[in-house]
Amino acid sequence: MKRFLLFLPLLVAVAVGVVLFAGIGKDPTRLESALVGKPVPEFSLRDLRNPDDLLDQSLFRGQATLLNVWGTWCPACRDEHDDLMWLAEEKGVAIIGLNYKDNREDALVWLDRLGDPYRDIIYDPKGTLGFDLGVYGAPETFVIDAGGVVRYRHVGVINEAVWEQTLQPLLNELQGGG
Amino acid sequence: MYPELGQLALILALLLAVLLSVVPLAGSLTGRDNLQAFARPLASGIFVFIGLAFAILIHAFVTDDFSVAYVANNSNSMLPWYYKFSAVWGGHEGSLLLWILMLAGWILAVAIFSRRLPAVMISQVLSVLGMICVGFLLFIVITSNPFDRLLPNAPADGADLNPLLQDFGLIVHPPMLYMGYVGFAVAFAFAIAALINGRLDAAWARWSRPWTTVAWAFLSLGIALGSWWAYYELGWGGWWFWDPVENASLLPWLSGTALMHSLAVTEKRGVFKSWTVLLAIVTFALSLLGTFLVRSGVLTSVHAFASDPERGTFLLALLAITVIASLALYAFRAPVVHVRSRYGSLSREIFLLLNNVLLVSATLLVAVGTLYPLVLDYLELGKLSIGEPFFNLTFSPLAVATGLLLGAGIFSRWKKTDGGWLARKLLWPLAVSLVASTAVVIGYGGFRPWAFLGVFTAIWVAVATFWDLWDKSSSRKGRIHGLRRQSRSYYGMVLGHLGLAITMAGATVVSNYGIERDVRMVPGDVATVGDYRFVFKDIGERRGANFTAQYGSFDVLLDGKRVAELHPEKREYSVGMSVMTEADIDAGLFRDIFVAIGERISDDAWAIRLQYKPLVRWLWLGSLFMAAGGFLAIADRRYRIRERAEQKVSATAPAADTGSASSAGVVS
Repeated sequence: MKRFLLFLPLLVAVAVGVVLFAGIGKDPTRLESALVGKPVPEFSLRDLRNPDDLLDQSLFRGQATLLNVWGTWCPACRDEHDDLMWLAEEKGVAIIGLNYKDNREDALVWLDRLGDPYRDIIYDPKGTLGFDLGVYGAPETFVIDAGGVVRYRHVGVINEAVWEQTLQPLLNELQGGG
Repeated sequence: MYPELGQLALILALLLAVLLSVVPLAGSLTGRDNLQAFARPLASGIFVFIGLAFAILIHAFVTDDFSVAYVANNSNSMLPWYYKFSAVWGGHEGSLLLWILMLAGWILAVAIFSRRLPAVMISQVLSVLGMICVGFLLFIVITSNPFDRLLPNAPADGADLNPLLQDFGLIVHPPMLYMGYVGFAVAFAFAIAALINGRLDAAWARWSRPWTTVAWAFLSLGIALGSWWAYYELGWGGWWFWDPVENASLLPWLSGTALMHSLAVTEKRGVFKSWTVLLAIVTFALSLLGTFLVRSGVLTSVHAFASDPERGTFLLALLAITVIASLALYAFRAPVVHVRSRYGSLSREIFLLLNNVLLVSATLLVAVGTLYPLVLDYLELGKLSIGEPFFNLTFSPLAVATGLLLGAGIFSRWKKTDGGWLARKLLWPLAVSLVASTAVVIGYGGFRPWAFLGVFTAIWVAVATFWDLWDKSSSRKGRIHGLRRQSRSYYGMVLGHLGLAITMAGATVVSNYGIERDVRMVPGDVATVGDYRFVFKDIGERRGANFTAQYGSFDVLLDGKRVAELHPEKREYSVGMSVMTEADIDAGLFRDIFVAIGERISDDAWAIRLQYKPLVRWLWLGSLFMAAGGFLAIADRRYRIRERAEQKVSATAPAADTGSASSAGVVS
């Protein structure tokens, strides 16, 4: 019986190993959000473009929006940027940017150079709102309905396929219903 | 041509490692001395060839050989020479090679310094280390060859070293950390050897102890350096982020601390054997797990290393083989001890057992917090962020409890401590600590329960440590004589515990009483933080070796007197187009003043971060104390005296515990 106890560490290790093995190759950022179905957390942060303005959660009221988390330090955000421009210009999607753990000067230079697809941009240098949203890294995009409730979370780059298969149907539904 | 030689050297080292892992072990199991005699020469050979490979990689960096892919990705001809040198371990392949070089160094050290050990033991220990070496050499040769070439299209210049890593901290942080990680391989190898030949006795614990202590001391230094580097280089003034990679280094440190203490009990009292051997296995497994988490990319982290599923799978396979084989061996071979109470309920054994329980709980807690996202994802239960709040909330009580227990445990005796005596003993230290911590907390501007508890614990540990030193050093021949009579390992313990107290005090005070302000300033503006006034004098441009910088000038005034002039910078590195914030810090024993330049808000206005950080240096000072304590403990005379004594005795009888070590009831 006592001998059996000595096998416990082995069993625990094997269980941990299975989980670790399952984690390999999986995109670590493909995670559901605990926030789905809940309102956007309260926040009060500065506007990236107008440092004197404060933005808060009322930003999301009145229109279904995408909340896109990005930063100039994030190479994948660069890949995604052209698609965001296309969404904003061709599809008329309202995108709110969350400039995450970044600095303002770099962010403004980036938007100058690559174009600005955002309706508003929340400046979150310390990542406080990002933390409340459970952001793991950038880019991440949340679909938020006109009542300011989080409906969906997409981790990783948005491209045409993601737009057509998930985001567009969801947004249509939200706009149709609301 | 050289890089090919480097690759060849790695392959030769691999072949030698295969021999080392088989031949001496076979010799020890069949009792053939001629096979066991191969152990030491093979260990030296492995070190020579891996050292050669490492030297060749350094050569490739220093001579700007951009035909080597790894050099092209991590260096640049404009890089100053010392960063070219440290860039050797700035990426995955090179840091892996450094890891292996450290392992080879430890193997060589075991071969050299264990001449007094029985041949069977040393053969098995070196063979186990050889197996670990085989695993990692296979890993580097198959998946991560640092000598891969970019031929025939070698780039004219390299992509540059990540500016974050162009810093003194990076030159020393990884080597220290790896010394610690890899050092636990030695304790692991001793544990496996002891399991194989069934000699889990006091001698095994005594041989394991100094190796464990050194590895632990290196790891303490490595973690402290990492924290210090994050503090001044990441530009935010934080010193611990509970990032998965930081946690990965904390895990083996916590279980290694537990191992050090339980080895002491096993050596002195011959109990907790199964537990100690398990801790030795777990500590090394956690070191490997740390390597896996950092290198496989299963968790996201600020350390953001390029991840590669093939590497991750390989590392996990290594981890799995090591852990499953050793734990299976453990399950079949560990002694099942029949409970025979050889110690009372208030003995030193019990205090150290509780210490282990707390440290292992802390290890589990950090492990759970780090792996939780992975587990939830696997079980498809959705996601929950675990961040600083979780760790701070759960880790602090454990740290406080460990400290409180430590203060009482210092006075305890082996076998049995009289409860009434212990209570009387603790009365004065308790009173002193209460008064002192109240004074400190009020002096820092206000009573807060957690701040008080943290400061109290730190002072309690320090007072108890000194009190015990005072007690022990009383002597009829005078205090000086009494102090001299204490062993180095006792002073090692004193330093280690004082270090813990210092680190705890620093962590508590800076977290609770530090002030941080983000302000908008134009040159000429004045801002106030606590008692300090910051004058923003001007900002201009400055050129460095491979960057241009916005160079700010600040005067810091206290009571109208200038105490510091600070020059924070915002650097733009020309090659990678990356921007780095270089904070400037006026460091002091009791407080740091920290200025960092943020983004430009308008033409002349800048976002400026100003911080007052009381006792922040104590965090790292305490770690230095701990590491110094570790190094002092292994310089203890008993390790040398015993060597000489054993030399004489060995011809006639097996090494017996002569008792010279138990003189002061030392725990280090």
